[in-house]
Amino acid sequence: MRIVINGDDKTFAQGTLSISELLEIENVSQPDQVSVQVNGEFLRSSLYGTIRLKEGDAVDFLYFMGGGR
Amino acid sequence: MRDFSEEELERYSRHILLADVGVEGQDKICAARVLVVGAGGLGSPVAYYLAAAGVGTIGIVDGDVVDLSNLQRQILHGTAEVGVPKVESARRKMAALNPGVQIETWQTMLCAENILDIVAPYDFVIDGTDNFAAKFLINDACVLAKKPYSHGGILRFDGQTMTVKPGESACYACVFHEPPPAGAVPACSSAGVLGAVAGMLGTIQAAEALKFITGAGTPLFDTLLSFNAKTMDFRKTKLKRNPRCRVCGGEGIARLRDYQPPVCDLKG
Repeated sequence: MRIVINGDDKTFAQGTLSISELLEIENVSQPDQVSVQVNGEFLRSSLYGTIRLKEGDAVDFLYFMGGGR
Repeated sequence: MRDFSEEELERYSRHILLADVGVEGQDKICAARVLVVGAGGLGSPVAYYLAAAGVGTIGIVDGDVVDLSNLQRQILHGTAEVGVPKVESARRKMAALNPGVQIETWQTMLCAENILDIVAPYDFVIDGTDNFAAKFLINDACVLAKKPYSHGGILRFDGQTMTVKPGESACYACVFHEPPPAGAVPACSSAGVLGAVAGMLGTIQAAEALKFITGAGTPLFDTLLSFNAKTMDFRKTKLKRNPRCRVCGGEGIARLRDYQPPVCDLKG
């Protein structure tokens, strides 16, 4: 299955993936560290386990960055 | 329009030469009022470039004093200023660079009670804070007060920024919803940050403020710019307003509240 992650095409052996599974494969150790956008819509983290990604979906992981001083 | 002196025309000549700025743009810059929250890693380059640019009035908010560990990145402060309030140190540096700008200082931390009064007289706000409680509070206050502002965040070798026009473009809460649970995201004070990354992101925020003031170019509305200084990959992620955003969407918020105490300590 092909998914566009942060703008890059990636192919996965799995035929179906949830956001939680994708986060794990992509080494996002803590889901709380990112905000996830799928095809331009932000998802609540409570849905990460249930939403199934489709071929060609565009997923953005946007990391929280709290520093500044 | 303002009657520029010979000295001002010389000082701002490289702005005036820019077709997108010109004398009219410099006049807008000299009339502008910008608030910089935090006189640290991000606030230092932002405030310094805004002072150099001749922004008429620059407000600085920071409750801290200069610490030796700040000097690796907080370029407004010097070794001689360790122990001095950051807003005072910032005022001295900025006034030495450009005596023509007005500098207003608040030696305090922003909270739900004081932020609206502090933000009110400014045209544009810069978030240069180091914790999520402050970042979300600034977002909420700017949405309520309809103040355009620049979000900035850095960590290790990474930086991110977006420019928000409340009611028109995506706000910080449209993207990040609410502060992450305490401890989920490391802070610079524990994870570190490359000093120059603060400079890279801060100068982008300063450029965004100057673009907004002059109308030059396209600000980072509905766009999160992120970069990694190890690979020097820069990426823009397109965003859109969330109609159900708990801050700027639907009913939105009617009043401010303080978020949970910051995950990282306030001394950054």
